[in-house]
Amino acid sequence: MAGAPPFPQPSGLQAWLLSAEPNSRWQARLGRGYLGWRSFTKNPLAVLGLAIVILLVLVAAFADFIAPYSPIVGGDLRTERLLPPSETYWLGTDDQARDIFSRIIYGSRITLFVVILVSIIATPVGLLVGTVSGYLGGWVDTVLMRITDIFLAFPRLVLALAFVAALGPGIENAVIAIAITSWPPYARIARAETLMIRNSDFIAAVKLQGASTPRIIMGHVVPLCVSSLIVRVTLDMAGIILTAAGLGFLGLGAQPPMPEWGAMVATGRNYLIDQWWVAAMPGIAIFVVSLGFNLLGDGLRDVLDPKAAK
Amino acid sequence: MLDIQNLKVVFGTGRLRVEAVKNVSFHVEQGAAYGLVGESGSGKSTVLRAICGLAPITGGRVTVNGEAVTSPRSKAFYRTVQMVFQDPYASLHPRHTVDSTLSEPLAIHGEKDAESRILQALREVGLGPSFRFRYPHQLSGGQRQRIAIARALILRPKVLLLDEPTSALDASVQAEILNLLDDLRRRLGLTYILVSHDLAVVAHLCERLLVMQHGEAVEETTAAALRSGAASNEYTQSLIQASQGFTRAAPQPAQAPAA
Repeated sequence: MAGAPPFPQPSGLQAWLLSAEPNSRWQARLGRGYLGWRSFTKNPLAVLGLAIVILLVLVAAFADFIAPYSPIVGGDLRTERLLPPSETYWLGTDDQARDIFSRIIYGSRITLFVVILVSIIATPVGLLVGTVSGYLGGWVDTVLMRITDIFLAFPRLVLALAFVAALGPGIENAVIAIAITSWPPYARIARAETLMIRNSDFIAAVKLQGASTPRIIMGHVVPLCVSSLIVRVTLDMAGIILTAAGLGFLGLGAQPPMPEWGAMVATGRNYLIDQWWVAAMPGIAIFVVSLGFNLLGDGLRDVLDPKAAK
Repeated sequence: MLDIQNLKVVFGTGRLRVEAVKNVSFHVEQGAAYGLVGESGSGKSTVLRAICGLAPITGGRVTVNGEAVTSPRSKAFYRTVQMVFQDPYASLHPRHTVDSTLSEPLAIHGEKDAESRILQALREVGLGPSFRFRYPHQLSGGQRQRIAIARALILRPKVLLLDEPTSALDASVQAEILNLLDDLRRRLGLTYILVSHDLAVVAHLCERLLVMQHGEAVEETTAAALRSGAASNEYTQSLIQASQGFTRAAPQPAQAPAA
């Protein structure tokens, strides 16, 4: 019976990653990450979502090399307006004789800018408000949660409209408006998670070591809230893109001639029947990217938040 | 080392008012091991939590090393008194490696040479350096409890509060942990207060013990007296009986008169 081992042994890197006895902090963390990646890749739709998001990032990064024409300067207005998709203009041209494909490529930058900025502003605010109010409880909790309720009571698009109307239209103001209206749900999630965590023994243990409240919140409570927030933010990104597009559509977001997808749909509205591609192409782009973020968020939920998984 | 006078702990107010501990007093010498025994809800764990500040002290006095404790407790207090929790599955942060769990108290108290202290702490509880970068889910229950003990000992406290440290473990691991605790006490000169509902565990580890019921002290006795089965109090007797296992009452001989 001497000879082949009963199980195939994992080779070099994989064995190192899956080692039950990591030799360093980094090996332990990478091993965890690898396990998460393995369960993530088991879900093909999630991988598709990730691929779409990566594609969006790459397109935004290399827009200068990908786009065949300028997104802002149009061609000959007499001969090149509203041309249907062809070999020269892959997705056709719009009413200013601009190549729609190039505009969508450049528009990905604006979309990515909005999504990243909103999540950078809204997530930390929501996380901080939620964990502080959940951990401290008492009147701090009451005050912070009532503030959250007030922000939650505003309809998102209407508050964004009011905000943009006050500050003037523009993509930056749209971002601020969206961020202001999107943090309250994150605060609620973080608070709910914190309420579950705060009475657990490991928090009591670190309290008994003399840790200060900020230290407990930042070092022990926040890491446990982050994963469910990441999931929620990723799932919200589609909504953020749509709100930004909606503001653009209403003429309150990105201003012409910026190639913002929502604004592009808005211009296409005038030619919807005869030149459908003007509105449809950016619409498809919005749809695909939103779908990508949703699929990614679903996959992340299965990996990061085992409670919510089926 | 530790002196408790007329300790009273009350939770809630009005109709929700619960007197968890009523006028409990006891004294623990340095280097001694003192047991608190009682059924569930007798307030024994609450006494421990009140000592370390996790439960409010409503009345009475808690003195550590001759100094009354302050609320909130000082950093010096936490360097003197540490606690090991009942459930090793709940007392370790699920996202922290053993390394970060053990380095946290050192960082809080600004201790130097964390590296060697962590390795030493692991050695003390009988775990090798290979455990250092594992996550709790990669450890067994007994190994987790060892990590929890290492975490409590890494600041070199003088008093260790043990809240049923073995009740969540299976029998063979229980014995290992108890022997480890016994060994550590002798080597490091620690003072223990052990809470348990298991008389055998208390008799094994402690010299003296206090029996509690409904938040009140029932009887203070010694482990030797407990082993010989001598107890003046009825409740203590019933605990001793319960610890000897369930015995079916002898069937009554049929005395029915023939009719």
